[in-house]
Amino acid sequence: MPMKVGDEPFNNRVGEGIQNTFMRSAVSGAQDRLEKNRQLAVEELSNWEEWRSLGEEIRQHVLANLDYYLTQLSDQVAARGGHVFFAASAEDARAYIANVAKEKQAKKIVKSKSMVTEEIDLNHYLEKHVGCSVVETDLGEYILQLDDDLPSHIVAPALHRKKEQVQESFQRHHQYEGSERPEELTKHARKMLRDDYLTADIGITGCNFAVAETGSVCIVTNEGNADLSTALPKTQITVMGMERLVPTFEELEVLVNMLTRSAVGQKLPSYVTVLSGPRQEGDVDGPEEFHLVIVDNGRSEILGSEFQSILQCIRCGACANICPVYRHVGGHSYGSIYSGPIGAVLSPLLGGYDEYKELPFASTLCGACTDVCPVKIPLHELLHKHRQTIVEKEGRAPISERFLMSIFGMGSSSSGMYKFGSKVASSALKPLTKGDHISKGVGPLKNWTDIREFPAPKKERFRDWFDNRQKGDH
Amino acid sequence: MKGTIQNRESFIRQLSSRLQRSAAPKHVERPQWGYTPQHKTLQNLSQDELLAVLQKQCTRINTNCIVTSSADLATTMEKVITDNGGGPIMAWQDERFDAYGLTSLFTQTLPEKQIELHTWDPAVGRENIALVEKANIGITISDITLAESGTAVLFSNPNHGRTVSFLPTKSIILIPKSSIVPRMTQAAMQIRERLQNGETLASCINFISGPSNSADIEMILVVGVHGPMYMTYIIIDDL
Repeated sequence: MPMKVGDEPFNNRVGEGIQNTFMRSAVSGAQDRLEKNRQLAVEELSNWEEWRSLGEEIRQHVLANLDYYLTQLSDQVAARGGHVFFAASAEDARAYIANVAKEKQAKKIVKSKSMVTEEIDLNHYLEKHVGCSVVETDLGEYILQLDDDLPSHIVAPALHRKKEQVQESFQRHHQYEGSERPEELTKHARKMLRDDYLTADIGITGCNFAVAETGSVCIVTNEGNADLSTALPKTQITVMGMERLVPTFEELEVLVNMLTRSAVGQKLPSYVTVLSGPRQEGDVDGPEEFHLVIVDNGRSEILGSEFQSILQCIRCGACANICPVYRHVGGHSYGSIYSGPIGAVLSPLLGGYDEYKELPFASTLCGACTDVCPVKIPLHELLHKHRQTIVEKEGRAPISERFLMSIFGMGSSSSGMYKFGSKVASSALKPLTKGDHISKGVGPLKNWTDIREFPAPKKERFRDWFDNRQKGDH
Repeated sequence: MKGTIQNRESFIRQLSSRLQRSAAPKHVERPQWGYTPQHKTLQNLSQDELLAVLQKQCTRINTNCIVTSSADLATTMEKVITDNGGGPIMAWQDERFDAYGLTSLFTQTLPEKQIELHTWDPAVGRENIALVEKANIGITISDITLAESGTAVLFSNPNHGRTVSFLPTKSIILIPKSSIVPRMTQAAMQIRERLQNGETLASCINFISGPSNSADIEMILVVGVHGPMYMTYIIIDDL
C-alpha cells in the first residue's frame, strides 16, 4: 500500500505518538496557531458562511460533471501542446512518469510538494526504476527526505522535527557547520537547492487546482519552489488527483482564496502560479515539454457512493488543525500520508478497511472538523458512516470496540441494568484504580490504559449528581 | 504543436458509469452560483481607498511599499536600487519602462554609477538564465494588482522571463496605481475577458504577494527561501 506509512499496528503507532512529548507540544502549538490564524482570516470576510456555501456548490457541481470537465481539461491541455495521461492506478501513473524520465535520460528530478505523488510513492519508484535522483524542494519535505522520514501534516510536513534534529541531519548529510537557527538552516537549504533547480532535467509538481476551460494548472506555495521547479528544467510533469479541478478562472479564484485562508490564515500565499501548457514560442524559460498525469487510484469508486462528498476536499488541513484526536496522537499515528479527520475518512476508502479500519474509530465525533471545512464536507458524519459499514456490513469492528458495544448494549438496554451498572462501576473497578485514575485496565480498557490513564468512575453517579444539582446542592 | 491524450476513453467511461450515465455530457452550462460573496468584498472603494488597503496589507507580508508620482519615478527607482545594494540588475524587456521615463536611468545614470543592468533578451536564449541567476535585483511590472492580498500579477511572454521575479535576491515590482483592483475576483474576470477577446493566454501567470517565506522549521517564519528575500513595490501614481 503506497499510501501506507510504516508497518506498526495502530495501537503501537498511537503509543509512540502519545509518548513523543516534543511532537505533542509541536502539534498542539501548531494547531493553536494555525486555527487562530484561520479564524482571523475568515472573520475578516464577514460572510464566511456564504463563502462556504459557494465553495461547496462549486465542488459539488464539478464532481457531478467530472467526466465532462476532465474531457474539457484534457482537450485544452493538448490544444496548448501538452501531453495528458489518464492513469487508472498508481502503477499506471508511476510507469508513465518513469517512461518519460527514461526517454529524457533524466539524472536529476526536482519536485515540489505534492500529496498525490506521496500517495503513489513516486520518488522511490523513480529512484529504483530510472536510477535518477529525485530532490524534494519544499523545505519541510527536503528535511524529511534526507532521512527518508514521512510527512505528519498536510501543509506542515516536518512539524514533528526539532530544529536541532534538522541541524544534525544537515551535518550528517552535507557537513553543515552552521547553527540550529531556522534562518541559517533555511539559507543552507536555499544554497543547496539553487544548484539542483539549475541542473535538473525534469520538474515534477502536484496540482492544487486545474482549470478545465483553459487547460491550466494552479500551484500555490510560500517558498517559490514550484516556480523554480517548473521554470528551469526542460520537462515538466504535473500529477493531479482526478477531482482537483474547477470550471474556470472565476471558480479557481474562489477556491484558492478559501484554501489558503483555511490552511494557514493567509489571504493569499506568496505565490499562486497558473501554468498553461509548455512555454510559448519564443519564451526562454519554462518547460519545452509539459505532461499532465490525471490519477484515479480508487477515487472513481468513491464517486457516486455515499462517501462522494469527501472528493470535495481541497487539502487545506483545517480539519486536522482543530481535531482533538490529531492534537494528541500526531500525524504519523494515522499510518497514512493523509492524517487528521480527512485522513480518517479518505484512507480507508483509498487503502481499504483491512489496513485502516481503526481510523474511523479514532474520533470523538465532536464535529469540529465539519464546522471548519471550507467546502462543507460532513466529515464526522462520514466517519460515522464508516463505523456503520465496518460494524454492520463487514462485521469487523476493532475487538475492544465490539466488546464495549456489547457490554454497553447489555448494560444500557434496560434502565434497571443501567442503574445497576453505573452504581457498581466505581467499586467494581476499584482494584484497578490509583487515586482518581485507572492505569492498568483489563478487557476493553487495556488498549487505552496501555498508553494513558483512564479517569476512574466517580463515586457519585451522573444522575445523582444531576438530581442534586437540580435541588441546588451544587 | 498539438499535444497527445492517452487512456482517456476508458477512464472517462468509468466516471460516467459511476455518475450513472452512458457517456459524458457534450455540454455543461456553468450554473449561476447561489452565493457570490466574492463580489461583495471591498466593493465600491475609490482608487485611493484601494491603495490604502494595499499599503496596509504590505505591512503584513514583509513588503516595502513606496508610492511615487510619475515625475519622481526615476529618482525613487534609483534610490530603491541603491538601498537594495545596486547591481547586477535584470529587468524585463518592456516598452512601459520608456513610457514611465526610466530610459535615461537604465541607459545612462546606472551605467555611470557602475551599476550593471541587463534586459531580458529572448535572442540570446539561456544566457538570460546565467545573468538572472547572478542578479542582485530583478525588476518587473504588475499588470493587475490585488489590494486585499497585496498581490502583483505578472504575465510571462518572450520578453518577460518567468525567472526575473524568482532568481534574483531582491525583487522590485512596478505597480501602476490604475492597475489596482479590489481582489482576485476582478483579476479572474479580466483574464477571462481578455481570452474571450482573442488574446493568447500567458504560459505562466504569477500572483505574487511578498517575498518567499517558510515556517517549515518549528513553525518559525523565515523570509527568503527559494525566491527573493526582499520585496519592494513601487506604486506609480499614473491617475
